[in-house]
Amino acid sequence: MAETPIRVGLFVTCLVDLFRPSVGFAAVKLLEDAGCQVDVPAAQTCCGQPAYNSGDRADAKAIAAQVIAAFEGFDYVVAPSGSCAGMLREHYPLLFAGDAGMEARARALAGRTYELVSFLTDVRGVRAVDASFPGRVTYHDGCSGLRELGIRAQPRALLASVAGLDLTELPDSDVCCGFGGTFCVKYPDISNAMVGAKTACVAETGAKTLLAGDLGCLLNMAGKLRRDGVDVRVRHVAEVLAGMTAQPAIGDGEPG
Amino acid sequence: MSAADRSFSENARAAVADPQLRRAMHHVKEGFIGKRAKAAARLPEFEVLRDAARDIKDHTLAHLDLYLERYEAQVIERGGQVHWCAGPAEARAAILDICRQAGARTVTKGKSMIGEEIDINAHLEAAGITPVETDLGEYIVQMRHERPSHIIAPAVHLTKDVIEADFRAQHRQFPADRSLSEVPELVDEARQVLRQRFLDADVGITGANFLVAETGSSIIVTNEGNGDLTQILPRVHIVIASLEKVVPTLEDAATILRVLARSATGQEFSTYTTVSTGPKRPDDVDGPEVYHVVLLDNGRSDLLDGPFREILRCIRCGACINHCPVYHTIGGHAYGSVYPGPIGAVLTPALEGIEAAADLPEASSFCGRCEAVCPMRIPLPKLLRHWRERAYDQRVTPGRLRAGIGLWAFFARRPALYGFVTGLAARLLRALGGRGGRLARLPLAGGWTRFRDLPAPEGRTFRSQWAAKKGARS
Repeated sequence: MAETPIRVGLFVTCLVDLFRPSVGFAAVKLLEDAGCQVDVPAAQTCCGQPAYNSGDRADAKAIAAQVIAAFEGFDYVVAPSGSCAGMLREHYPLLFAGDAGMEARARALAGRTYELVSFLTDVRGVRAVDASFPGRVTYHDGCSGLRELGIRAQPRALLASVAGLDLTELPDSDVCCGFGGTFCVKYPDISNAMVGAKTACVAETGAKTLLAGDLGCLLNMAGKLRRDGVDVRVRHVAEVLAGMTAQPAIGDGEPG
Repeated sequence: MSAADRSFSENARAAVADPQLRRAMHHVKEGFIGKRAKAAARLPEFEVLRDAARDIKDHTLAHLDLYLERYEAQVIERGGQVHWCAGPAEARAAILDICRQAGARTVTKGKSMIGEEIDINAHLEAAGITPVETDLGEYIVQMRHERPSHIIAPAVHLTKDVIEADFRAQHRQFPADRSLSEVPELVDEARQVLRQRFLDADVGITGANFLVAETGSSIIVTNEGNGDLTQILPRVHIVIASLEKVVPTLEDAATILRVLARSATGQEFSTYTTVSTGPKRPDDVDGPEVYHVVLLDNGRSDLLDGPFREILRCIRCGACINHCPVYHTIGGHAYGSVYPGPIGAVLTPALEGIEAAADLPEASSFCGRCEAVCPMRIPLPKLLRHWRERAYDQRVTPGRLRAGIGLWAFFARRPALYGFVTGLAARLLRALGGRGGRLARLPLAGGWTRFRDLPAPEGRTFRSQWAAKKGARS
């Protein structure tokens, strides 16, 4: 008897949607390989963090309500981002505190929402992926994934199964890269010093590829590495786990 | 400190470019974090103790009036006096009054952030009374006419060589050729200078880590023993404390002490934990003849019934500051407030108003490390966000940011329109990125592109590609 398929709604995130669609397709492949039936509701834009973290609670609630409605029919909601998944899991219920009906819906969504890699390992029991990526890489732990969702071991476990991949731990991998959403453009000098400290740690590892699970951090670190002319390629961890690394790395042009 | 001293962004820019400060901040990063982690790991019940400490403070705050009345009654019972002060002006007046009555010429001081909050040194000096800071860090900062840059390590923004130069310039009584390059030599020299000051002082002022309702005691923790000499030697002892420092019992204080030093310096316990209860009793060997407590509110009671109540749990260990990457980057002075770092960014708007301190809660990447290490489990990012909400609601948030968020939200609330606009943006940015795949400059994005390239989008949004695929499939 065929199992009922697990229905996963992919919350693609606004940054992946705009900047790096290949991360979205990598996520779809990983989820399908893990036995999920994936759909992408059209009525999604962003999780609302830019408004929420700027103090604009009204817009944050409106966007959250939109996300809650769009994803209500799925068994799980999965995002290739610890930050956005953390927003849905930890903050949506707080946004609707006191509004019993919406709060219950937000809690129901929160309980079904996962960051991509931890969903694969913790919910679907994936222990290994069928991918190859020869060479030394290092991994940055995005703040929200690490501290809100406790994601640390999961990406390391799956990366260990990638053929030829040698993971060198990043010094201070748990320290913020300086992205912080609007923080990086509101306080560019502070943000730049923070990302400079981060890329110095990356250089220390000798890795030629830097991975992370959040596109915000990745755009920030890649932008800094490219500006400083450092020879380190930057990719989302899902691209490597899915074996979908044919496209140029983040911030790199066409080869040749 | 007034709003005029605070141009946060400019301060931060200068701090980032200061090589001496960068060296000093490197030590903060290397020192405190590892020590705290080891101390926490060595104690199996550390996490349980954090819960217990939080619960003690939550209980106390829920019955604050009761415990403060109990505390005052006990202080009086032991022969002391409590001065209730609504704000800095009342607190300063009370202290000056006590000093005048004692005919004080010099006052020794233990470390006290309340002293900074009410700016007591400047007012003592104006009244012809010489305040002498006796904590080594505070002594150095006072010598330099600066403010503490950290709540438990006031001179942490300075490197050893800078302090050596200050000592050589100020302590002319010592031979010029003396060796002064090692920390113990600096400490010894400060001790020699301070010894006579301790003996000369008419009044000693200390802060308090705890006020104990059960006994009317105040408790201080120090590593230098200067607090003991400050409060025992002069005839008059003044304790200055804010009202949330009260805990019900000595047992409660002992529980919180178990997380305090571990979180602050990674010590199991500070070197000195001193309990003082009222003036000297007839058969005591030493102690002050007069014992006063100046109890400061300064807006704290207004926080009890609002969204910021949890900040009143704070025990001033400094762990949030020690772990803050923004603090590591800019140091304490750039905040332009008495309390720097995450705790300061929550507390300062409460003390001075959000209009005067709007930058402080904004200057966080919400990385959450502060909350992760706070022994009292204060949800600092949540409280910072509350301030941002208040700033937004009161239109304190800069117009440009409000307009930007408003415009973005207009699209984000309309998925179809959003898809159309981001589809255009993806193609445009892709074209601008050219073969290099990145943009070195972009109008309105100077905050990003001043220091970083902007990686160009791949060309078509995920949602448009997905829609096309699904259309092809069905």
